[in-house]
Amino acid sequence: MLAQFRPALVMLIVMTTLTGAIYPAAVTGIAQMLFPRQANGSLIEKDGKAVGSALIGQAFSNPKNFWSRPSATSPYANNASASSGSNLGPLNPALTDAVAGRINALRDADPGNVAPVPVDLVTASASGLDPHISPAAAEYQVNRVAKARNVDAAVVRNLVAEHTESRQWGFLGEPRVNVLQLNLALDAMTAK
Amino acid sequence: MSANGYLQIGLYFVVLIALAKPLGAYMARIYENEPAVLNRFCAPFERLIYRLCGVDPSKETGWIEYTVALLVFNLLGGLAVYGLQRLQVNLPFNPAGMAAVSPDSSFNTAISFVTNTNWQGYGGESTMSYLTQMVALGVQNFVSAATGMAVVIALIRAFARQTVQTIGNFWVDMTRTVLYILLPLSLAFALVLVSQGVVQTFSAYPAVPLVESIEYDNPKLDAAGQPIKDEKGNPVTEKATQKDQVIAVGPAASQIAIKQLGTNGGGFFNANSAHPFENPTPLSNFLEVLAILLIPGALCYTFGRMVGDTRQGWAILATMTIVLVSLLAVCLWAEQQGNPLLAKLGVDQATTASQSGANMEGKEVRFGIANSVLWATTTTAASNGSVNAMHDSFTPLGGLVPMWLIQLGEVIFGGVGSGLYGMLMFVVVAVFIAGLMIGRTPEYLGKKIESFEIKMASIAVLVPLFTALLGTAIALMVDAGNAGVANPGAHGFSEILYAFSSASGNNGSAFAGLSANTPFYNTALGIVMFFARYWIIVPVLALAGSVVTKKKVPAGAGTLPTHNLLFVFWLIGVVIVIGALTFFPALALGPIVEQLVLNAN
Repeated sequence: MLAQFRPALVMLIVMTTLTGAIYPAAVTGIAQMLFPRQANGSLIEKDGKAVGSALIGQAFSNPKNFWSRPSATSPYANNASASSGSNLGPLNPALTDAVAGRINALRDADPGNVAPVPVDLVTASASGLDPHISPAAAEYQVNRVAKARNVDAAVVRNLVAEHTESRQWGFLGEPRVNVLQLNLALDAMTAK
Repeated sequence: MSANGYLQIGLYFVVLIALAKPLGAYMARIYENEPAVLNRFCAPFERLIYRLCGVDPSKETGWIEYTVALLVFNLLGGLAVYGLQRLQVNLPFNPAGMAAVSPDSSFNTAISFVTNTNWQGYGGESTMSYLTQMVALGVQNFVSAATGMAVVIALIRAFARQTVQTIGNFWVDMTRTVLYILLPLSLAFALVLVSQGVVQTFSAYPAVPLVESIEYDNPKLDAAGQPIKDEKGNPVTEKATQKDQVIAVGPAASQIAIKQLGTNGGGFFNANSAHPFENPTPLSNFLEVLAILLIPGALCYTFGRMVGDTRQGWAILATMTIVLVSLLAVCLWAEQQGNPLLAKLGVDQATTASQSGANMEGKEVRFGIANSVLWATTTTAASNGSVNAMHDSFTPLGGLVPMWLIQLGEVIFGGVGSGLYGMLMFVVVAVFIAGLMIGRTPEYLGKKIESFEIKMASIAVLVPLFTALLGTAIALMVDAGNAGVANPGAHGFSEILYAFSSASGNNGSAFAGLSANTPFYNTALGIVMFFARYWIIVPVLALAGSVVTKKKVPAGAGTLPTHNLLFVFWLIGVVIVIGALTFFPALALGPIVEQLVLNAN
């Protein structure tokens, strides 16, 4: 037992240096050189200032903006320092109550729209930070946003189409719309 | 599900199986000390490490010395992880000012990472300093994986050799695994992940202004940081407004690469690979989920090659793949059904060209159903335990599949090394039962399976079943166990059963609604993880020590072939029967009854 103590201790120190210091430092060095934007959080800059991250969703509740997926982070939605899902089971009444409440909020903001609500728009994402909604969830909101911003629905629909990412390489993942980038584009367009 | 979903899953298995041979052959060369491409670069480092450690690489040892070396190394590793967490507040690389982790949580996390479980009772971005992430957790991601691979290689040598005493040198196996296999793969993989958007920085968390500020009810805290409650026990809140978003970042890519490759699974962030900084794109997702099974799959080929009959390796890989694909199909079907309770509310869950639809609670839009289910089943088939969707919010049957894959003993691919040595224990049991049925002396790869081997294999097979059920039973009987449950009814029971199954399988995934960061769960799950790791490793190495001394008997007319389809299905039968008989009563009380209630709605 004692004979193994020295190799064990030295091996732990060597491995700690190699895999715990040199390795992450090397990855950081190369990453900061080759992919500085991604390595630092894919921040969106406007006039030299960060206004959000392209990968981190924000919460919206104003009818003139597209709304993101619900977020179960604590103590407020889309808390990017404490990612979390709701972990509600399918039969939990808290889940059905929450979904019913979200449907009501969507309908209150858009009276007259009685279409079924796309499921991703009323269910909490796994991370609580999902930056995307499905194209169906965007289409559901187009008329509301257009009305609130006093622009033609076709214009908004075009902008949604521009911000729809198709499957990566044509077949990987699912089609999706980045909500923050879409809303920033809407603001930029309306400001003109 | 869309045709595209099937295409993605089909491609996944094609790539996985295609990589088994080249990577498996490479690993065999590494462990048999044959020349390999990285020799010129790595050999000087390798010699330096042996010199520093005072190890003679040419000197192999018997199983006892091998085991002692492994245990001492793991013990020191565990103490280091514990100490670093307790002291992180006084150490550098802590820009977010994380406090010392509590003693019970540190204990749990130390065992969790040393045993390759990577169960996480804590939230990464709100608990661990960058230093702890890298120097404590990241290091164990490498060496706990290498420990599992060293054990399986020692076992393989025992079957490959005859009439000798030695099974290898632990320090050499550890060093060569990290230097030639894990480190180069991780380095390349980490950089690909960064290109997709995974963060890798030592900077503090940046803050950005929110487009719309958020008004919310903030729970009031007392001086000790505990929420204040009113007379009725409800938390007291005050109105608050959040105007900016503080975005957690860190040296994540380097950690995520090894966490996926080494079947560790411990996330840099709380939401694990559902977090957009940990798994930003469908491509990163494809590669991360591929990395889960890459080494466990390839080790089957390594095994076949080292014992001199690659058909034996393919048979094991076929066994694993058949079970995984079958259960994947069940999980896909269940998740695709969606939630009938939501349909009643006027929610559109149909799968169309413009939405993935179905059960999206706890899933991310970029992954949809197909990629979430593929991940859930592979991460539990392997003892990886990382997640890209929240298993707690799966449909009852959809959640049963990952839980049962863990309960099968983490041998369907399983952990790096541990999955294959676990499966070989089932093989020993399977040839023994078959031998009894046909009246022949059981043997495997020319080695007679006798009383001692059966005893060791039985311990290795039964210990995790025992700890899972006993742990669940104890948790259900004490208030501290029931207090952690988040969902009412049968689902709450499932949360506890999943937690102890996960710890017993050294998996690490969770029905994460369970509040497990409490002294009770931290201690109980820590103990379970410890037993379920070392009470398998020690019998496996003891079995290796016995098998290596035996003479190889040439195959005769009475030899049971272990490479054909008949044996594959026999082995599947043994694995399934043991897993089903042990856990069916418990599963009936949890997910099965829940599915029946859901159907009744």
